[in-house]
Amino acid sequence: MSTPPLQPTSAAEVQEAVRTHRHLLPRGGGSKPALSRPHEGQTVLDMSGLSGVLEYDPSEYVFVARAGTRLAEVEALLAQHGQYLPFDPPLVAQGATLGGTVAAGLSGPMRQRYGGLRDFILGVQFVDGEGQLVRGGGKVVKNAAGFDLPKLMVGSLGRLGILTEVAFKVFPAPKATATLLVNFPGLEAALEALYRLAGSPIELYALDLQPPGTLVLRLGGLPEALPARLERLQAFLGRGGEPLSGEAETAYWRSLNELNLGEGALVKVALTARRIPALEQALGQAPRRYLSAGHLLYLAWNAELKALDALLQAQGLSGLVLKGATHRPQIGIDLGQAMGHKVTKALDPQGKFAQEPYAAQD
Amino acid sequence: MHAALSELERLFPPGRLLHRPGELVPYESDALTAFRARPLAVVLPESHAEVEAAVRWCAKHQIPYVARGSGTSLSGGSLPIDGGLLIGLNRMNRLLRLDPQERIAVVQPGFINLQVSNAAAPYGLYYAPDPSSQPVSTIGGNLAFNSGGAHCLKYGMTSNHVLAARVVLPDGETVELGSESLENTGPDWLGLLVGSEGLLGIATEITLRLLPKPETYHTVLAAYDSLAKAGEAVAAVVASGLLPGAMEIMDSLAIEAAEAAVKAGYPLEARALLIVELEGETPQVEAEARYLEEVIQKSGAYEVRVARSNEERLKIWKGRKAAFSAVGRLSPDYIVQDGVVPRSRLGQALAEIEKLSARYGLRVANVFHAGDGNLHPLILYNGRIAGELERAEELAGEILKLCVALGGSITGEHGVGMEKKAYMTEMFAEADLAAMRRIRLALDPLELANRGKMFPGEAPALQFHGAHPLEKAGVISRE
Repeated sequence: MSTPPLQPTSAAEVQEAVRTHRHLLPRGGGSKPALSRPHEGQTVLDMSGLSGVLEYDPSEYVFVARAGTRLAEVEALLAQHGQYLPFDPPLVAQGATLGGTVAAGLSGPMRQRYGGLRDFILGVQFVDGEGQLVRGGGKVVKNAAGFDLPKLMVGSLGRLGILTEVAFKVFPAPKATATLLVNFPGLEAALEALYRLAGSPIELYALDLQPPGTLVLRLGGLPEALPARLERLQAFLGRGGEPLSGEAETAYWRSLNELNLGEGALVKVALTARRIPALEQALGQAPRRYLSAGHLLYLAWNAELKALDALLQAQGLSGLVLKGATHRPQIGIDLGQAMGHKVTKALDPQGKFAQEPYAAQD
Repeated sequence: MHAALSELERLFPPGRLLHRPGELVPYESDALTAFRARPLAVVLPESHAEVEAAVRWCAKHQIPYVARGSGTSLSGGSLPIDGGLLIGLNRMNRLLRLDPQERIAVVQPGFINLQVSNAAAPYGLYYAPDPSSQPVSTIGGNLAFNSGGAHCLKYGMTSNHVLAARVVLPDGETVELGSESLENTGPDWLGLLVGSEGLLGIATEITLRLLPKPETYHTVLAAYDSLAKAGEAVAAVVASGLLPGAMEIMDSLAIEAAEAAVKAGYPLEARALLIVELEGETPQVEAEARYLEEVIQKSGAYEVRVARSNEERLKIWKGRKAAFSAVGRLSPDYIVQDGVVPRSRLGQALAEIEKLSARYGLRVANVFHAGDGNLHPLILYNGRIAGELERAEELAGEILKLCVALGGSITGEHGVGMEKKAYMTEMFAEADLAAMRRIRLALDPLELANRGKMFPGEAPALQFHGAHPLEKAGVISRE
C-alpha cells in the first residue's frame, strides 16, 4: 500500500518531497475524494499545513494565500470587508481548500454573474515535477506578462505541479440578495425561459435549472433597487414564482454548496444548454442540477461510472468525478490532446504526478 | 531566390506570396516602429489548411515565422523575424457563425474586434474586450496578446472571453482547444494559449463569448485640481462597494491633447479628469448613481458632469479614446508605456513618474485605466535630437521597474513582445522563466514560432520612432 502522507508546512518542504519521492499526489481538505485517493506507489502530500492568507488589501480586490487555505477561512475574511469570491466555489463546509478548488477547477451557481474560477485567478506558485518552485501571473487585476500559468493550473488535477500559493481577484459582495423559484410546465418551457433570460440585460447572480422544469434565479445588488428588479423579473417571465429571502434564502444556497445531490458518485459535466434535452433523456433518475444557464452540470450517479463515461462519450461531453470510487476521474471525451501531453511532459518529465504512475515510466 | 521559396510558390499563388523587396516594406514593422526587420517572404493564407501548410513548410526548412493581423501591436510582438516567414492573416477575416441563442461567435483570426460587436448588436449582444485599437485590431492578435481595454476590472481580459480555438501548433499539427461551454474539465490548455504571443500556435478559428448589452449606462466626468485627488476618488469609489464598468484618469497634458484633437468639451484647466461609468439594469444603476454622486461630491471635484444622453456619453469617451494619438500633436514622437501597479499605489507611482520625467528632462503625459491600476505614461521626445530616443527608452524602462517594485506588472495589455523582453527578469525569477521556456520548447523545439520575442535575449538596435501610417490617418491609437 501507499506510504504515510507527508505534511509539508512550506514550499521548500514541498520541493524536498518532490525531489525525494517517485510518485506524489497532493491532497487539500479531501472534499473531492475521487481526486485525492492515491494509486499504489503514490505518496500523499497533505497540503493542509500550507495554509493562511498572506496578503489581502480590500481596496485592491486582491488576496494571496497559501494553497492549503480552506475556503471557509477565506470567505470569512472577505465577508468582514463586504467582499466575496464571485466564482462561488462549492464544498466549503466540507473543508475544500483553495488549491484543491483550483486543481479541480470548480465553480458554483454564482459563476453566472461574473464568471468562473478561471476568470478570477491572478497568480500561482507551484512546484514542478523536478522540484523547481515556479511563479506565474501576478497579484494585480490586469497583467499580460509571460505565459498564463495561473489559468493552466485550473483543472490540472495536480498533474502539472503542486500548487503552493494562489492569488485571486475578488469583488464587493451584493449588499442584498433575493431568490425566485419559478416552475414551468416542462423542460422545453423552462429552457425557453432560460435562453431568454441569459440573453437579456437582466443581471442574475445565479441562473440554475432544477430539472425537469424549475428555474432558480438569484438577484443581487443594492437593497433599495431589489424589490423593483424582482417585479421586473416576474413581469419578464410572466410568472410570479416563489420568492425566497432572508435566512431561508441564505440557507438554501448554503445547502446547495455542499452538492449533496444524492447517493453515489458526484460528477461535474461541462456543457451548454443545447445539450440538456438529450442529456435529460439519457440520465434517467440521477439527481442533478444545471448551473450557470446550462454551462455546468453537477450530478449524483448511483450506477457504474463506466456507463456514465460511455453516455458522456456518446454525447461528446467531458466529465470529472469528484466523489466515488474510480481510478480515472476524467470521464467522457478525452480533451488531453497533443498539446496537453507535450506541456505535461515539459512540467513533469519524470511522471511524478502522473495519474497512472507505472504506466508513465514506460 | 531562396531554394525553399520555390516550394512555397507551389503552396501559394502569386499575389499571396510576396518576396520582392518592394512588397515586403509594408510588413517590416508593426505599430512599434522603433523596430524593423526584413522577412524572407510574406504569405497570405485564406484557409486553415494553408496556415497549416505554411507552418509545416517552416518546420521542414527550419525557418522561423511570425503570424500577424493588422499589426497594431505596441510591443513589437508582430515584428517580422529577419529572414523568416511572415504569415499575414488579414484575409482570413470571416465571421463563420453567430449563434445568438448560445451567445457565441465563431470567427477567423483576421476578423476585426469591433465587427464582432457590430454583428452581435441586432441581438442585444456584444463582445466585451475593447482595446482602443478595436476598430482595426484583429481577434487573432487580441487572442495572441490577451488584449485589454477600459473594462478589464469588471469583465476581465480577452482570455476570459475566448471559449475555444482551432490551433496550428509549431510542428504543423492541428489541435482543438476548449469548447463552447464556459466550463472545462482537465487543464486549461486554451488558457495557456491565449496571451502566449504567437509562441505556442496560430489560432485559425476562434469561438468567442458574447454578453448581453447592459440596459443602461451612467457616465460621470469629474474635474480635479490635482491628480492625487482624482486617484483618491477612485479609491473612494472602490471602498463604497460599487463596481463600475470603467474608471479612467487623464492628466492635464493628456486633456490638452485630447481637447485639441476632438473637442470633447473637457474642462481645459483641470489638472486631472476622472471618468466613471456604471452600467447594468436600470433600477440598480439608478440606485448606484446616487451613491456615486455622494462619493464624487466628497472627493473634492470642482466640476462634475453627468452624461444626459448617449451623445454626451460618447463625447466623453471620444476624448479619452483619442488621447493617445492626440499626444502626437504635442510632440513629434512618443513612447507609450503599459505598466500596472496595485490600485492603492497609483498616487505613489504617478509622483515617481513625475520625478523621473524631471530627471530625464522629458515630458510625460498620463492616461490610465484607474480601475485596474494600468498606467499608460506617454513619454514625449523628439527623435531628431541625438540621443533623445535612447533617453526616452531608458525612462520607459525605469517606469517598468517602478511598477514591478510596487508589486505590479510590466504589461497590462500590450504584451511583452520585443519591447519588454529585457524586463521579464524584473518580474520573474530564473525558475519561472525556465518553466515557461520548457513549455515553449516542448511545443517548438527549434523555437521557430515568433522567435526572439517574450523571452530575454538579444534585441536588434532601436531605430527612429515615428507614427504608424494607420495612426497618422487616425485609424488606430496607442493604448
